[in-house]
Amino acid sequence: MSRRTIAFGTLAFATLAVGAALIAAAMHPIREIFAQERPPFPTHQALAAKNGGVVVMLCDGKTSMEVKGLKAGQQMTHQQAIEVTRELMAKWQRQHPNQKWQMAEQMAQTDQSSEPVPAPSAASGADVAKPGETVPSPETSAKPPAMGTQQGDTYASFTERDYKIWKAQTDSFVAEGNRIFHDAKELGSTIGVSCDMCHPDASNTHPETYPKYQVQLQRVALLRDMIDWCIENPVKGKALDPNDPKLRALEAYIIAQRKGVALDYGKH
Amino acid sequence: MSQRHKSVETKYMEDRDAVLKGLRQLDRRTFLKVLAATTGAVMAKSLMPPHSFQLVEVASAAIDKASSASGMAGKPPFTFAYISDTHLYQRTLNQRFVRAAVKAVEDVNALDPQPDFVLFGGDLAQLGRREELDLGKQILSELKAPVKMMVGEHDWFYDLGDAWQEMFGPPNYSFDWKGVHVVVLMSVHEKDFWTARKMTPAERMQTVAGLDNGIQSRFEVGDDERKWLADDLAKVPHTTPLLVFSHSPLYKYYRNWNFWTDDAEQVQAILKPYKHVTVIHGHTHQMLQNQIGNISFYGMLSTAWPWPYAPTGLPPLTIQMNRADPFDQFDGLGDGQFNVRTDGLADKIYNLWDRNPVTIKADYLISHGKTARPPAPQFASY
Repeated sequence: MSRRTIAFGTLAFATLAVGAALIAAAMHPIREIFAQERPPFPTHQALAAKNGGVVVMLCDGKTSMEVKGLKAGQQMTHQQAIEVTRELMAKWQRQHPNQKWQMAEQMAQTDQSSEPVPAPSAASGADVAKPGETVPSPETSAKPPAMGTQQGDTYASFTERDYKIWKAQTDSFVAEGNRIFHDAKELGSTIGVSCDMCHPDASNTHPETYPKYQVQLQRVALLRDMIDWCIENPVKGKALDPNDPKLRALEAYIIAQRKGVALDYGKH
Repeated sequence: MSQRHKSVETKYMEDRDAVLKGLRQLDRRTFLKVLAATTGAVMAKSLMPPHSFQLVEVASAAIDKASSASGMAGKPPFTFAYISDTHLYQRTLNQRFVRAAVKAVEDVNALDPQPDFVLFGGDLAQLGRREELDLGKQILSELKAPVKMMVGEHDWFYDLGDAWQEMFGPPNYSFDWKGVHVVVLMSVHEKDFWTARKMTPAERMQTVAGLDNGIQSRFEVGDDERKWLADDLAKVPHTTPLLVFSHSPLYKYYRNWNFWTDDAEQVQAILKPYKHVTVIHGHTHQMLQNQIGNISFYGMLSTAWPWPYAPTGLPPLTIQMNRADPFDQFDGLGDGQFNVRTDGLADKIYNLWDRNPVTIKADYLISHGKTARPPAPQFASY
């Protein structure tokens, strides 16, 4: 906080001052403000190899080992890589008995210090949370979710960016279904008929009612069975394999149009 | 299935045939009495299925009596039939829609007496190609009654109406028929969305052919044609009944699918001074009715494919049709007939293929649903 005040003070001084040199000098504190708010991503300095191999480091930036016989720039085989990562994790576990990797690493990030993660045998061992507890810390208030809130909490460790990526991926899958739904050629129609001609915005497809006994087929049907029926009959194309990417995309598009509608399988 | 076991439906149809066969021996007055009595019995047992033959017959008999009592209408002064939205591809590509169009022509040719004329409600072609329009013209030429043509967006947006106008003449025109002034509009003009997007004629047509793409403009009658309409009506007294044909509904139903005419209110304003106005439109491929002020609106059936009701905006007076069975090519489709009464109002018969016909009396709409309400559908559409 005090550093920011100084920076603003410098900026104020700079605006009063006349002369290009002083303004140029003032740019430095501005960069510093940004740098302060978004610190650069940490980098790990690899250690020098002692035996002519390549040093590989775990993403804690501390645990490392040397792969013997591997030259710099050479790639490990897949099997070799698996063995190396397994060995690295085993090494970390030996150094941190009774700790879980995810919790320890989150604590290290929360701490934001370059101190080594304390082993439970060390003085701060009592601070390591058991599942369901949080570590009391003066800096927890504005931090990401604290470690140990729930063991194996997968989603807690994802960021806003992850969610955006997932949404983009899902939307492009749905968009692909949208495209096929409206394209007689893509559907393999021999008579120029596409799905949207009877089902604008996928209306009247009611995917939420499947599975249901489809009277006309005399058996229980899933949505994909009806999609295939439509492709074979009114569309006059060839039924798609259940794993065909086109069928999967069509299914995605149709279901996406009914977001928020309650599932009601078996409804007629 | 074994001959000894009959399904409920089979037994019902046999009973029905037996009753009707017996009734044919009776004169009309006794027929109505017996029919009323059997219907009464059925109703008392709460067994009255909508669309059943009893209800339709009695309803029309009752209204016949009511209208003759008030001296309003006896026999209609004229009838006309319609066929609409055939969406023909070239014959080599698609036989399905050809079969349906031919079926409609056969239906209309079987009417006895023949209608005064047959209105074609637009969308003869699917992609506006000359070959498609030629095929349509050829099929419609089989009709015994004279044909009045209306244009739809599928006929227009490949060459902006060149082929259609060459074959059928101007897209908007009017004529007088047995005391009624009839106007045919071209209501599917669209503002230019294609030039900026550098679309080819085929791309423009394909875009307009889709309902749910959101790229195309909204339909409109447009300034020029509204002026033409006002001029055309300038010489028509306000007491003359009007019959207006438009491809798109001349009101706002559902914008996203262009079940819509952007300048609908302005067109309605031109029609407002007239006592009786009936607007008949295509495009929506479903049973659809509306009443706005003095104007009664009827949607026509398609022969090609039915459309589901839009998620919002359905006029509350609409007598809906149950959702169509996709396994039956002709379900939810059909053609129809209008009986124009002496007062110029029109009763509409939806001739639904593979279903019982549904009659919508003009009284139902002009009374805003208070009288002559037809049976409601059995199932709501999704």
